[in-house]
Amino acid sequence: MAKSRIGRAEQRNGWLFIAPTLVLLGLFMVYPIVWSLWMSFQTGRGMNHSFGGFTNIIRLTQDPVFLRALTNTGIFLVVQVPIMIVLALLFAAALNNPKLRFRGFFRTAIFLPCVTSLVAYSILFKSMFASDGVINDLAIMLHLMDAPISWLGDPFWARTVIILAITWRWTGYNMIFYLAAMQNIDKSIYEAARIDGVPAWARFRYITLPMLKPVILFTTVISTIGTLQLFDEVNNITTGGPSDSTLTLSLYIYNLTFKFMPSLGYAATVSYVIVILVAVLSFLQFLVAKDRKA
Amino acid sequence: MSRVFAQARSGLVYAGLSLAAFVSIFPFFWMLVGTTNTAPDIIKGKITFGSALFDNITNLFAQVDMVQVFWNSTFLAIVGTVLTLAISSLAGYAFEMFPSKTRERVFAVLLLTLSIPFAAIMVPLFVMMAKLTLINTFTAILLPSIASVFIIFYFRQATKAFPHELRDAAKIDGLKEWQIFLYIYLPVMRSTYAAAIIIVFMANWNNYLWPLIVLQTNENKTLTLVVSSLASSYYPDYGVVMVATVLATLPTIIVFFLLQRRFVEGLTGSVK
Repeated sequence: MAKSRIGRAEQRNGWLFIAPTLVLLGLFMVYPIVWSLWMSFQTGRGMNHSFGGFTNIIRLTQDPVFLRALTNTGIFLVVQVPIMIVLALLFAAALNNPKLRFRGFFRTAIFLPCVTSLVAYSILFKSMFASDGVINDLAIMLHLMDAPISWLGDPFWARTVIILAITWRWTGYNMIFYLAAMQNIDKSIYEAARIDGVPAWARFRYITLPMLKPVILFTTVISTIGTLQLFDEVNNITTGGPSDSTLTLSLYIYNLTFKFMPSLGYAATVSYVIVILVAVLSFLQFLVAKDRKA
Repeated sequence: MSRVFAQARSGLVYAGLSLAAFVSIFPFFWMLVGTTNTAPDIIKGKITFGSALFDNITNLFAQVDMVQVFWNSTFLAIVGTVLTLAISSLAGYAFEMFPSKTRERVFAVLLLTLSIPFAAIMVPLFVMMAKLTLINTFTAILLPSIASVFIIFYFRQATKAFPHELRDAAKIDGLKEWQIFLYIYLPVMRSTYAAAIIIVFMANWNNYLWPLIVLQTNENKTLTLVVSSLASSYYPDYGVVMVATVLATLPTIIVFFLLQRRFVEGLTGSVK
């Protein structure tokens, strides 16, 4: 009897403690998601809309700007995420060596970019990559190139700047996750491997990497979601240009809703493309990770 | 032979790390140098300190009501952080401490929403705020952010390490559940809270897309919005922009360095 009363009190407290969260998420997360799904089947401009069936989905396949935004987002994803994760792993492996000198300095320096706001660092990059700016000066001084590059005026180089910028901002962030995970690996495993004469690269490949797999998966999923939502950087460095070469899906949704004559239904359809991409890519990444285990 | 090899490798490691540290720090140096130079000098890539610092500061304060803007950002960041931590840590604690099958299912649904990008709910959220006549208010900024699934998840993971005997002992002493949370759990989990403060404060302070949509008049704009709009004019005055950028970056750097040690503790503690 007494036990069931305690159980009931526990139940009541359990719900009471999460009630504010459930109300807020219900109103500002679940409801918008459902509404967005409904809206994606509506056509029309401004607040006048009517049911359009698959009109928006057909429009997607014929919209060159959408296809370009999709391609750009894909390029950023495929090129940037692997570069960043490999760099973060290398830095973490180097910093995990207790005999390394200036460890604290290196760790803080590489993590420092993470404390800047996305808007602030975007503007720093925009000013550094100006056509007669400091990056051109330094690169010519170091004989890395002969003539200045019009970084933000050329589609290829504009994409490169965006990729460099994101890598600068997030490598240290991922590194901290790897470093924390590496410090949780039992030191005696490395000791045993060293006594058995396993070389350093093999210890990294066959001990560190497998042990870090869950963290690598976690950061890959997080980075994928982040890249699919890319907005602040492109809006502040290139505003999607030149000629839409750095336009991303999020920026396109923003333009559709708040820049042009609002077409909310179509914007919702584009946003569901991101939802589906996130779902499919996360699922694939989990699948790949599971496969490797077997 | 292998010693030469090891030395070469360690030299390579130091060279790589030094290059990474240089690349990481250079934009900060660039920002500080920029505050002292005129806009044409910045665009030409001048990397020595100039004498325009005073002019840049006066120009910024002449163009923008900086006191108001700084207050807006500070208010939103602090109130947002306090509310988020209160609501979300309470939920994370409850999901772990009061296990039940139904709540476990609710938690699984919450985790799914983590993969919903903000762009997907931005349009309906905006229409909703417009109907509630909350456009251009701080309420509209705060409401969607204070129940954070990421922070709930983080607190649930951290609560796994919270010793249950503490709760049992407190119960025997006659403490109610909310008292246990407030007087026992909160002080014990200091490091977890510190790490969460860094994450949430930075996210709120740096928030861009949602305020860009919602806050429409100048007296309500945040520092992040002002920096962005100063830099997006056709011929931005980069000297002024750099001063504003320093002001926008300083608070997060200060919060980070104040709580850094606890941040690493909180992060590694939650991974275990």
